[in-house]
Amino acid sequence: MQVTLAQLKRGQSAIITDVSSIHIPLKLLEMGCLPGNMVELVQVAPFSDPLYLNINGSHLAIRKETATHILIEITNG
Amino acid sequence: MGKQINVALIGNPNTGKTSVFNALTGLNQKVGNYPGITVEKKEGVCKLPRGVKAHIIDLPGTYSLNASSLDENVVIELLLNKNDKDFPDVAVVVSDVENLKRNLLLFTQIKDLEIPTILVINMADRMAYKGISLDIDVLEKELNTKIALVSTRKKTGIDDLKNLITNFRDLPTQPCLNAREIDPDYFTRLQSAFPNQLLYKLWLVITQDVNFGNVSRKEVDALDDFKTKSKSDLKRLQQKETIKRYQFINNTLKKGQTIDLAAAKDLRIKLDRILTHKVWGYVVFFMILLLMFQAIYDWSSIPMDFIDGLFASMSEWTKDHLPQGQFTNLIAEGIIPGLGGIVIFIPQIAFLFLFISILEETGYMSRVVFLMDRIMRRFGLSGKSVVPLISGTACAIPAVMATRNIESWKERLITILVTPFTTCSARLPVYLIIISLVIPKGRFLGLGYQAMTLMLLYLIGFGAAIGAAYILNKVLKIKNRSFFVVEMPNYKLPLFKNVALTVIEKTKSFVFGAGKIILAISIILWFLASYGPGDDFNNAEAIVTSQYSKENLDTETLQQHIASYKLEHSFIGLTGRAIEPLIQPLGYDWKIGIAIVSSFAAREVFVGTLATIYSVGSDEEDTIKNRMAGEVNPILGTPLFNFASGISLLLFYAFAMQCMSTLAVVKRETNSWKWPTLQLAAMSSFAYIVALIAFQVLK
Repeated sequence: MQVTLAQLKRGQSAIITDVSSIHIPLKLLEMGCLPGNMVELVQVAPFSDPLYLNINGSHLAIRKETATHILIEITNG
Repeated sequence: MGKQINVALIGNPNTGKTSVFNALTGLNQKVGNYPGITVEKKEGVCKLPRGVKAHIIDLPGTYSLNASSLDENVVIELLLNKNDKDFPDVAVVVSDVENLKRNLLLFTQIKDLEIPTILVINMADRMAYKGISLDIDVLEKELNTKIALVSTRKKTGIDDLKNLITNFRDLPTQPCLNAREIDPDYFTRLQSAFPNQLLYKLWLVITQDVNFGNVSRKEVDALDDFKTKSKSDLKRLQQKETIKRYQFINNTLKKGQTIDLAAAKDLRIKLDRILTHKVWGYVVFFMILLLMFQAIYDWSSIPMDFIDGLFASMSEWTKDHLPQGQFTNLIAEGIIPGLGGIVIFIPQIAFLFLFISILEETGYMSRVVFLMDRIMRRFGLSGKSVVPLISGTACAIPAVMATRNIESWKERLITILVTPFTTCSARLPVYLIIISLVIPKGRFLGLGYQAMTLMLLYLIGFGAAIGAAYILNKVLKIKNRSFFVVEMPNYKLPLFKNVALTVIEKTKSFVFGAGKIILAISIILWFLASYGPGDDFNNAEAIVTSQYSKENLDTETLQQHIASYKLEHSFIGLTGRAIEPLIQPLGYDWKIGIAIVSSFAAREVFVGTLATIYSVGSDEEDTIKNRMAGEVNPILGTPLFNFASGISLLLFYAFAMQCMSTLAVVKRETNSWKWPTLQLAAMSSFAYIVALIAFQVLK
């Protein structure tokens, strides 16, 4: 089963495996959201959206909807 | 005098690019607009060693050359246009030592344009704190550039940067990435179609749809044997390009950067635990808002009263000291009060921008965006709409421009359309004078009725904005993919110089931008009120004198009767009479009608107009107020400004779209007359209906 970034829990980290969906904006990739990079869920906003992530040292927030298109492999947690 | 060196400052947002700009130029800077668009153009002059001068442009912050907003487009358009007079001799890419990897992406893109490029690594003072060490020699070699390690906070490295700029001719121009690597087949064909052009530039032309030199996207498309790819194919290639660039950057940093995580301290985690907490986060935000409103409406009342008094006595002085005549009247009754109407807003605008720039400098604003996004989305807005809605309490014009970083067009459009509902500072003088007339002075639970009314009007403004957004979200059929990416920068103490320069700049642009219109309106109004057609106006003195000849009035009262008779028959008076039937159901007379009509240029004109209309010589508020209190409704025979008509008027001003400058900005930002027209029609008719109901129910 494929795990997406939207399923990551707070404090967990993972490796990004696939970002080829056309629903992912280029800007996000340019900010470091690329296959092979580490991602950690730092904080979740109220109503569990948006997500506050640490991707490879870059801190950014994206909406859950976008996160469902990013495939990951959970490494700890 | 030798030629100036053109320098372009480029960098990601939150890298301290503006601090570097401020450090280089100091007060030798000016802010204008790029021709035809409202993107801010900041430029300045910097003195370099050996008497050389540099002309420095601070380009809008961008994460990459793949532009996704109007502001970012400016960057790529300048860098592709060799004929632009501002085309840089040297590009200075500013990066933040803590986010070097991400920042270098833009650096490699600029480098690939084969423009001489210097890399500034800013915030060097944070290196020890974060356990980062850099091997500058290795980095310079790998990146084929010169590096200046700068700390604008500690004021180090700026001289090195100046030296590098002076010697820009020594900089290597080799690219970082060979574009051909992205897709050898495709790029080889592209190159053979345009043998004389730089491959990466061609690629940008294709993906960004910008023109450079003599090559345009259309031309590339027009080549029969060379078809550009489909959108999704292009996107796939852009992804591949990004991955290639990161591979290059990772290899470089592996050699030139070491991070000792054990030595790194992080304030961010501790602060974020509170500031983005689901309860405390909102509590803190609410407290900050309260403090902000306290400052804007309470602290600024002291300088505002002072300014008010100053301009009143200036009018007085002019009348006393200049020879009598129409010209003196124009100055004393038209121009000086007009100028006063602009200057009086300076304290509020300055406080507002002081808060906003501190919130942005510290990195807190991103947390607010993060906290509010889910809630705002229910109303078709974005977390990023919070900033415009807050700025709107000062002035809708900068607020509308602040919507640019909202990625989704639908969310951005809705934000633009509803922002004018927020209570801007121009409504404040109108509210204040009407509240003092119709709301009793009493207190309830320690809170004054008048203060509560004002508070309520602010809430109504926000409520109307949110409600309108909710409706627009349901009604507008715009295909929309909602992207939302917001960087959560590190917390930083704000730099005093940056904050001060922002406040000065924004205040200045308000005074000169909005000010011009307000001043023009005041002068036009004065003319319309001072001249009129026909005998009624021109023989006013004779008519009134004979009318009151039996009553034996003193000269002063007689003069006032003459003045008001004149006004009634002036151009403006006739206009007011003409629209009276329309506004009578709301409880207003023709004089208020004129004030409303002139308010459509700018709301703050209201008080000034009434001051002129009630033929009051001085601008003293108390006198206007007493005059207004004495006015009688011609039909009902009750005081004109009573509870019913007062509330009706307050609500009318809360909802009506009465600001030409805002409409003009909305037209520019949406690039169509459709939206400002909709705004004007919908808001004003809503205001009319609400005011009508309020008066009819309360009277």
